[in-house]
This record gives sequence, C-alpha cells and structure tokens, in this order.
Amino acid sequence: MTVAAVTYVGTRVPRKEDQRLITGTGTYTDDVALPGMVHTYFVRSPHAHARITRIDTAAAKRAPGVVTVLTGAETTGTGTLPLFVNVPGIKQSKHFPIASDKVRYTGDAVAVVVAESRAAARAAAALVDVEYELLPVVVDGEKALAPGAPIIHEELGTNLACTYPFKGGDVDKAFADAELVVKQRLVQQRLIPNAIEPRSVVAKLDGDSVTIWSTTQVPHFVQLFIAINLGIPQNHVRVIAPEVGGGFGSKLNVYAEELVVPFLAKMLGRPVKWTEDRREGYLATTHGRDMVHDVELAAKRDGTILGLRVRTVANMGGYLQAFAPVSATILHVFITPGAYRLPAYDCEVKVVYTNTTPIDAYRGAGRPEAAYLIERMMDRLADEIRMDPAEVRRKNFVKRDEFPYTAVSTLVYDSGDYAKALDRALELSEYKGFAKRRDETERRGRYRGIGLSSYVEICGLAPSKANAALGIGWGGYESARIRVNPLGTVQVWTGTSPHGQGHETSWSQIVADQFGIRPDDIEVLHGDTLESPGMGVGTFGSRSLAVGGIAVHKAAQRIREKVILLAAHLLEASPEDVVFEGGKLFVKGVPEKSKAFGEVVFQLYLAANLPDGMEPGLEAIVYHDPENFTYPFGTHVCEVEIDPETGIVEIVRYTAVDDCGVQINPMIVEGQLHGGIVQAIGQALYEAAVYDENGQLLTGSMMDYHVPRAADVPSMTLDHTVTPSPVNPLGVKGIGEAGTIGATPAVVNAVVDALSAIGVKHLDMPLTPERVWRAIRAAKPMEVRK
Amino acid sequence: MIATPFDYRSATSLEEAVRLLGGSPDAKILAGGHSLLPLMKLGLAQPSLLIDIGRIAALRGVHQDGGITIGALTTHQAIADDATCRDRLTALSEAAAAVGDVQVRGRGTIGGSLAHADPGGDEQACALAFDATLRAVGPKGDRAIAAGDFFTGALETALGRGEILVSVRFPVPPARTGSAYAKHAHPASGFAIVGVAAVVTVAKDGTIERAAIGVTGAADRPFRATAAERALAGTKGDAAAIAAAAAKAGEGAQLSSDLAASAEFRAQLLTVYARQALQRAVGAARG
Repeated sequence: MTVAAVTYVGTRVPRKEDQRLITGTGTYTDDVALPGMVHTYFVRSPHAHARITRIDTAAAKRAPGVVTVLTGAETTGTGTLPLFVNVPGIKQSKHFPIASDKVRYTGDAVAVVVAESRAAARAAAALVDVEYELLPVVVDGEKALAPGAPIIHEELGTNLACTYPFKGGDVDKAFADAELVVKQRLVQQRLIPNAIEPRSVVAKLDGDSVTIWSTTQVPHFVQLFIAINLGIPQNHVRVIAPEVGGGFGSKLNVYAEELVVPFLAKMLGRPVKWTEDRREGYLATTHGRDMVHDVELAAKRDGTILGLRVRTVANMGGYLQAFAPVSATILHVFITPGAYRLPAYDCEVKVVYTNTTPIDAYRGAGRPEAAYLIERMMDRLADEIRMDPAEVRRKNFVKRDEFPYTAVSTLVYDSGDYAKALDRALELSEYKGFAKRRDETERRGRYRGIGLSSYVEICGLAPSKANAALGIGWGGYESARIRVNPLGTVQVWTGTSPHGQGHETSWSQIVADQFGIRPDDIEVLHGDTLESPGMGVGTFGSRSLAVGGIAVHKAAQRIREKVILLAAHLLEASPEDVVFEGGKLFVKGVPEKSKAFGEVVFQLYLAANLPDGMEPGLEAIVYHDPENFTYPFGTHVCEVEIDPETGIVEIVRYTAVDDCGVQINPMIVEGQLHGGIVQAIGQALYEAAVYDENGQLLTGSMMDYHVPRAADVPSMTLDHTVTPSPVNPLGVKGIGEAGTIGATPAVVNAVVDALSAIGVKHLDMPLTPERVWRAIRAAKPMEVRK
Repeated sequence: MIATPFDYRSATSLEEAVRLLGGSPDAKILAGGHSLLPLMKLGLAQPSLLIDIGRIAALRGVHQDGGITIGALTTHQAIADDATCRDRLTALSEAAAAVGDVQVRGRGTIGGSLAHADPGGDEQACALAFDATLRAVGPKGDRAIAAGDFFTGALETALGRGEILVSVRFPVPPARTGSAYAKHAHPASGFAIVGVAAVVTVAKDGTIERAAIGVTGAADRPFRATAAERALAGTKGDAAAIAAAAAKAGEGAQLSSDLAASAEFRAQLLTVYARQALQRAVGAARG
C-alpha cells in the first residue's frame, strides 16, 4: 500500500492573496501612516521645454502648514537617476530628480513642497513662482533627429542617444534574390500604463537607518540605489514593497520621488510621504512603446521569406529611465524574426530624446513591438501573393524537430511546436468556416475579417552571461530562501516582487509538492529587503516563474534532500531507499513505519541524533542563474465585424492557444492571458497618448484616454499546448506578457483583412472609429466577392 | 484630492439655499456632485462654499401635474427607472439610461447635468426636443426658462447669479407621439460625441405631423436640428424620407472638432444616429 501523492503543480489552487485583496485588508504604500509624518507635493513644469530663469519659493514657504520648499539646486544631494542596464555607447544625460537648469517635458519636477498635510503641500505648490524662458519643442522621434531640431540635452550635442545595429546572414543577397519585397511603415503609438494603484513612497528614519515603502516591482534595486545615491550603508536601508496594485513596467524604475522622499526624511528627521494623483501619473510616470519602424521583407512568390530589414526610431522622451534603452533595442531587435526561419536580418534602432514623458518598459517591453512588426509583415506578404496567411506562417515556421534552434538573431530558442498551436487555434476558431461567416456578414452590409498572430516571445530574463555579453551591467539571476521552523511550518522568501501575479500561490504549489504538504501550510513572503536574500532582481519581463520560481524549486529540493538524509539515518536505511511523499518519509515498501515531515524537521533542531557532519537547522538560500532564456509561443485568432457607417470595430470571436511550457496554476495562466489580451485590444483599437506640438499631453486624464472596459472586451476561447522548456527543471516558460504580445497583431490583422475587400493594405493603431471610417471612405466600394 | 479649502453647508430648504448662495459670490450648488467634484479635484473649480441641496426632498421625483415635472435632484437612474418617463418621454428615459456609468447614474442628477451644461450631456438633447421648460429660483423669485433659451454655450447657461435650477417640466406629448435617443459615446468619458433625441408625432393617416430633433455633443451647446425636422414633416416617414431628413441634421450647426472626433466625422455620426433615433421614434409613434 502506498499513500497517493497529491501534487499541486498543474492544478487550479485558488489564489491565497485574494482574500485580503478583495476584502480591502491589504496594506498598500499609501496606507502607511506614521506619527509626525509630513507630505510632499511636486511642482511640475507646465512647459515641455524651457529654461528655468528664476524660482522664488518664499511665498510657498510662508503658506500655512508648510515645512519647507526645495528646488533642484537644493536637492542635488540625491544624486542622479540610474540606468539599471547599459546599452553600449549610449549617451546618457545627467538626470536629477528635480530639474534646476531647464525642464525637458511637461511634468518635469522643478520643486518639492513639504507640509503637514497633502492638501497644504498642494495648495502651497501653486505659490512657487517659476520664471521660464520657453524653448522650441520637439515631441516626435523622427523630427528630433532632423537638422535644426531643438536639442534636449545640450551637453550631449544631439538628440540621438545611440544607434543600435544588428546584422545576421547575407541581407544584400536575400534582397537581390527576392521575387518580391514588401515595404511597410509601422507606427507603435505611445501608451499610458494606467496601473490601478498610483505610485507612492514613504520614508522613515530610525537612528542611522532608513525604511522606505514604495510601489515598486524592484525593491532591491531601489535599496541599492538609495544606498549608493544617498550615501547610506546598504545594511541601513530597508525597502518594503507592500501590496502593489499593478505595474506593467511602470513601477520598474528608481524614480525621482524614490530618491527625494528618503532624502527629505533624512534631512528633516520626520517620516515623509508622497502619493501621486492620476494626472501626475499621466505626466510623470513612464509611458510605453512609441516607436516607428520602416520595414522591408524580401520573399519568394511561394511565400518563403528571405530577408528582413528594419529601421526603427524609438522615442525615449526627455530622459532615459532605468530599462528604457534595453526595451527599445535588445528586447525588440533580437526577437523580431519571431517564429520563422529567417536567413538574413538587418535591424537598426535609433534611440532618441524628445520633449515628452520618459518611456520605459510596458507589458511586453520591446516584444509586442517585435511581434506586431513581424506578424503584420507576414500578413502583408500573404496579401501580396494572395496566399492564406495561415499557410504563409506554416511554410516559414521553425519546425518542431529543429529545437534548440539558433535563430539569425543568434538567440537559441529552447523548444517549440509552432504548427501544433496554429492548428489547434485554427480548429477552435473555425477558421475554415470563416468565408461563409464573412459572406453572411457582408450581406448585412458590414465587413468581417479574421486575423492571425503566431508569436514567439522571450522570457526568463536573463542568463547573467548573456547580460554580460550584451553589455547589460547586472546579473539576471533570482534568489529564494526557505526556512522550515522547528514545528514544521514553512516560510519562503522570494526575490521576485509580485504586484498581482499570484506568486504566493504558485510558489506555495511548487514547495508543497516537494514536501508533500498543502500550499496553505506554506507562507510566501516578498517585497522586503530586510529578511529576503541579499539581492532579488524583481518582477518584470515574465521572468518570475522561469527564474524566481526555479530558485524556489531548487531551495525546496535542497531542504528535501537534507530531510531525506536525516530520515534515512533515523530509519536506519540508505537515503536512496527513502520515499518522501504525502508529507511522510518511509523506507520503500514499508509505508507503515513512517516518520512525518514535521517529526524529522523537529529532530534537526533538537540536534541530538544527527548523522556525522550534518548541521542542525533547516534553511536554504538559492541564487538561480538560468542557463538560457525561455521562448513561449502561441497563435491568436481574432474575428471582427465593422460597421461601415461609423467605423466601429466589434470583436465577435477571440481564440488563443498559448504555450508557456508546464503550467503551475492554469487559473493564473488564464488570468494573465485575459488581462494581457485586454491590454492588447486597448492598444489595437483604443489607446494612444497624444501630444500637441507644444508638448502638452492632450490625453491627460481617464476622461480622454480610453482604457478598455469590461463592455469593450469579447468573450475569449482559450486553450493551450504544452511544450516543456528544457532549460529548467520545472519545464516552465512564463506567461505574464504573452497575451499582450500575441493579441495586438491578431486584432489589427483582422481589421485590415476585413477592409482588404476594399483595397486597404494597412492601418496604424489605434483603429478608432474615425480612423476606420476614413479608410473606408477613401477606399473603393465593396467589391462583390466571386 | 481637493486641495483648496472650502466651507460646506447643507441647506434644508430651497429658501435657505438661495439665501446662502446670495451671501457668497463664489459659492457652488452641490447636487449629485458628479460634475462639480471632478472639476474641484483638478483645481478647475475652487468655490469657497459648497451648498448641498441634497436633503431638500421637494426637489426630488417625477410628478404629473398636467405636464411631467421632474425635480432637479432626480437622479439619472430614477428617471431611467420611472414608468411615466419610459412611456411618455421615452427618449429621456433612454438618455438617462445612457449617462456615464452605474455610479454616475446613481448619484448624478438631471438638474446638475443641465445646469453644468457639458456640451456632451445626454439629457440636454431631450430637454430641447420635448420643448421642456426649466424653472429657476433666485433672490428675485421664480422664473421659467424655455430649454431653447437655456443653453448659451459650453458650460454656460441662462441661469443668473444666485439662481438655482429646481425642476424641468416636460409637456405631455400628444397622442401618436414616439421618441427615442441614440448616442455615440466618448469611449473614455461616456459623454455624447453625438447624441440625438427624436420626438415624432404622426397623423392618423401615418404621415409625419411633427418632428423635433435635439442634438447634443456635436457642437459647443445642444441644438435643434430644424432643417431635418422640416424635411421630415409632411412625409410618409418611410426609410428614404428618414434618411433624407437625417442627412440634414447638422445643417447650419458649427460642429466641434477634437481628439475624439473631427467635425467631418461628427457630421457623419450625426447623420447615422439621427436616422436611428428617427426610425425608432416613428416606429413608436405608430405603436
């Protein structure tokens, strides 16, 4: 008789964090209220580009409740904002948290008011008198490169922060051999991340130590730079990321406020708080995307692709924020060839300063741009040669027996079966029946289109050696610490910093299976630099599971090995004969003589009967450095109807078949896909951050900027294939951004397909009613289909 | 966060509210708060005194008194749920149901919306199309303002200093009248990019006796589409006549152009939604 082992990996364990989150009992940064705490309000520039000729803070200082008012010149002690990662040759300007010479975007901070209440600080901010000398403004990346454009950072002498080139294969030959070249200009519009929780920072001094609460995805990086910038020994800096209400990359930084608030706490000796309002969030929290690509795809008339040439201009805004140059270059350039056997590839990115809010990573960060580019081009090619887009893709796919596959980009794709996911998606979406549905719709006077996207993305950021080779100046490992207490309860610390992803649940499932206990018996702790391992890289780029989850898994295995060794000693057996399942340890074939997990753990702390050389206690710390990236993939199929009179696009069917390798918790996987697809629909159809030529953000509030609502979103049919990754012991890949990466091109391809009947070849996002209506009006009347 | 300090008074009677308003030059009336408070949070309105009229019960509810009088404090949701409005003022009922979202409909009031006069406010189109009369009370007493005279510009009305909008009176439409509201909402704000209220009365023989078309969202203030009304009157009200009339809905109007829609696109939307509203109104009139 054996005890049936219950395994939790792969099951829909309800999220452990939801009870407190949905009953409103979670603690967010803005919930932190401390005795004697003062509040801050940043005075922000109403101009996009101007020299500060004079600042007078006297009146503000006299206002009721004001503690102090500081300008940029008075806060240089914060040091400058860091880049986390380097792109070789990048020209980085000095970026002080508060501008003192000139402002470079609307919302650039020029002073900070500290007062007894937030309202008093805000009211006094209006009294800070700033004199500006207005300078010419440039908001567009391409215009910023034109001769005579206003220079954002004079000391650099140019708005071009860097040119990032890549070349692989014989591109000239590919284009010389081509039977056709498809050219297309593609615009990736600027987006505003809109995490539901605004950013917030609190800092408190305790003797020589400072504790900082922050809405961050990367508490350890915040700790690191506060220590470096403010000159506080790192062991005296504690950073806590409590509940964090979404980030999507917009909390993946060391922001100006994260340096200024602890600087003020140190200076004043009082706790200090800052919380942004939504308007401020639109201006001074990073935006996403904003690239323009000029693309040429060389191909044969049978659909075989031969070469790809891309020229990208990436608008970075007024300053370079932590990850921005990497999203714009590495994460875009290397994965652009996608799921296809592309022999030759030439890509060059120009990274450009403009007078706009700084850009940084936004869900997908470079990969949505890459997937959109290649998936739009595959459809453009299919249209030119009158071939089924599904067949063009299938013809060029990397085949399942070709993995690990070394792409023209030099990346080594870990595993995949692209045709299988495509086939399943075509089947579920009833792709074959589309023509009939389209004819029926067109008889009703509406257009109908279907669009595919067969994406590949890159997760598991990142093998530290790859980082080093790419010039990225920090390792890509992740840490975990597991402590089993004398009474057998388990605590797990992770270096990842979840802000909605459900790591407490997924990590518990991983550990529970190793120890044969329930996920509820395990406590997962995160986002506090005091007790976690020395460095956690954090949560971004769908890296948490494939790097941080593996660190947890490895730490649990170490614990398991030690427990088995001791059990063998206690059972007088050899370790190979000890079975550890269902929370019990016993000699193979003798389950009736078992020791409970807790009993063995207790012995490790009694330490009275340990084998020679075994240390007492039960604790493990692991830093896992991945051996390779992981490459999730899938096919999304979107079907739309369009009202020709109003241009309104309605998504009538949505099917997604994704492969993220082994799934730890399918419910969480589906949740990530639902949210990701909705964000993708937002970019495809609704969202755009728009500046006027003076650098004023016209979409400056939720009254103007269309974040998708429940009613905008279709029901989705989700399915998956499972192709385990060979690069980690759990076979996992990552799913946090796949929806956003896969869905955007599927939606746009569907709309363009619908309008192909009237000769439309391409439309830039967002596909708003007016944009679609204009395309219809400019086109020839609907042709009668043969 | 509202940064500027202000006083708050809750008025228990209309007279008290008028008196408070008269005593403070930059006071503001607080009804549902769904237009005013957002402006205060943005710092665009900085009243020194808020006079809350929410507890004046007499200003709330739908009453039949020869006409249909709706108290200024009646919420959008209450109007959408009211059987009399649904039967007799269908366009208004539909417009109220199309305002903002559940929270806004539950708190926001018809009086607040009309007095705020956002160019995309839904119920304004109905006030015009039904020839409503707005009643205002001020230091000099009571006066009635025709809806056609009420909206004088974006966020501007005929209300004088110290006057409070207290009710809106809709004449009971004659027999064989149908009405409908059709709207293209701003996807983010929910206000109308174009909203059309159509009120149509048919003669016994089915021809169109009278058509009234109120338009909101399309210009800086709501307007009556008089050219379209004239074009439809006297016709058989068939699809062709409706389409021809709808095509004239923007005639003579200075259509707005903004990020949400250019003037050109608004003209197109106006044609489409006017046609939809008219079709449904004619259908309802014929029962």
